[in-house]
Amino acid sequence: MSKNIISIRSLKKSFGCNEILKGVNYEINEGDVACIIGPSGSGKSTFLRCINLLERPDSGEIIYEGKNVLAEEYNVNQYRSKVGMVFQQFNLFNNLNVLENCTVGPVKVLKKDPEESKKIAMKFLSQVQMSGFADAKPKQLSGGQKQRVAIARALTMNPKVLLFDEPTSALDPETVGEVLKVMKNLASLGLTMIIVTHEMAFAKDVSNKIAFMDGGVICEEGHPNEILVNPKNERTKNFLFRFIVGES
Amino acid sequence: MERTFLEWISYILQNYGSWFLRGTGVTLLISFLGTAVGFLIGLAFASIRSMPLPHNRIKKQLMKFVNFLITCYVEIFRGTPMMVQAIVMYFGMQEFMGINFSPTVAGIIIVSVNTGAYMVEVVRGGIDSIDMGQMEAAKSIGMSHWQAMIYVILPQTIRNILPATCNEFIINIKDTSVLNVISVTELFFVTKSVKGAIYRTYETFIVAAVIYFILTITITRIIRQLEKRIDGTKKFTPASSTMPIVFVKK
Ligand SMILES: Nc1ncnc2c1ncn2[C@@H]1O[C@H](COP(=O)(O)OP(=O)(O)O)[C@@H](O)[C@H]1O
Ligand SMILES: [Mg+2]
Repeated sequence: MSKNIISIRSLKKSFGCNEILKGVNYEINEGDVACIIGPSGSGKSTFLRCINLLERPDSGEIIYEGKNVLAEEYNVNQYRSKVGMVFQQFNLFNNLNVLENCTVGPVKVLKKDPEESKKIAMKFLSQVQMSGFADAKPKQLSGGQKQRVAIARALTMNPKVLLFDEPTSALDPETVGEVLKVMKNLASLGLTMIIVTHEMAFAKDVSNKIAFMDGGVICEEGHPNEILVNPKNERTKNFLFRFIVGES
Repeated sequence: MERTFLEWISYILQNYGSWFLRGTGVTLLISFLGTAVGFLIGLAFASIRSMPLPHNRIKKQLMKFVNFLITCYVEIFRGTPMMVQAIVMYFGMQEFMGINFSPTVAGIIIVSVNTGAYMVEVVRGGIDSIDMGQMEAAKSIGMSHWQAMIYVILPQTIRNILPATCNEFIINIKDTSVLNVISVTELFFVTKSVKGAIYRTYETFIVAAVIYFILTITITRIIRQLEKRIDGTKKFTPASSTMPIVFVKK
């Protein structure tokens, strides 16, 4: 068994009187590449946003390194610097160039040496094939390029776990592949990741577990072969059936 | 001796040119400093207002009270004419607090405070117009609210509100003229003095009008240039040393 990084217990979240997460339990271990699939509106984004506290859950526990991050006095900013997030809409800092996007976190948040941070940032930018664009502004990049920079930005924080919220859903079909390739590469390097995605082939390929989420709960969880090939839950079956029919 | 219009203009420029120059200097000084300080007041107060309310009850009440004070400030200074503010503040301070500012210093303070009240709202609109994703991305790498404001949100806000700030600057150049009520020797005050000396209203005020116009149009151009420089180009050519990006299709 590998070491547990985050465990989530009976997580609940409502917006007004609309209960979105209805008691989610979830474990993520070191080296896990965990995918979350499910129909839109099922609460996948809300769940990821609760994990790094962009939304504050109403109840439940998020245990990170043995401590409940929802405790009153817990240092939220420090926790967030260890749990990275890659957004569907990239969200690169528009006022900064590509390199600055990747150094502002290490320098201002982690208080690292600027020169050292630049070197590390360039290393990650090379890894996502974007080192030639170090001086470019976000608006000068294509969607796929932006997303690769966003991944590099998250990596420069040296995160314990990286959350991806539909990282390829806003991309043109021809650039989806370049982002998935980068993520596959990260998976092979042993980075712990939680990925919300609709790319079933990719999920099957890279993940060691898949969770199916519907109606604010995780209905079924297991190895990709179990979930995608032999789902037991009716709702999972329906979703995958509709998905396959919809795709062809 | 009868002079033509142009002769009067040249007479004014030759004999009172230095007066106009000094008046223009005072007008520029007050409106520039007033706009700059007002801009900073706007940034600071609007940033405070944009803070999420804390969970702690006492801090929450304190925060609400501070926001209330900022609202009062904005409403009072936007809701009364600057000329009235000038008189009330200048003579009020003299009479009740025994503070004796020079009219110019008083003018700078009044224009700053007045501009600040407008800028709070301008900056708030600017902050609201920044995509929420920017703040979320900043938080996702562990930035505090203030770090996110300073490094991500405000630089973008400042770019977006440059045109409105330019507007405010131009309004200030013109509205500084009301400060003649507290005897600030700005351009309008000087113009009145020159008129009093030579009894030529029309020609003297034509000179003033031309100076005001040159000032405002120059400032518009400078800020337009500044915006262009910040915006940069639309296309980017990657460094030549880059490897070609080749991706294997899965
Ligand atoms: N900030 C919010 N305020 C109110 N409702 C929200 C908010 N964010 C999400 N929701 C609602 O929560 C539900 C789940 O949304 P989301 O987590 O984005 O689902 P998914 O990512 O699975 O498509 C949706 O019905 C959405 O309308
Ligand atoms: Mg979503």
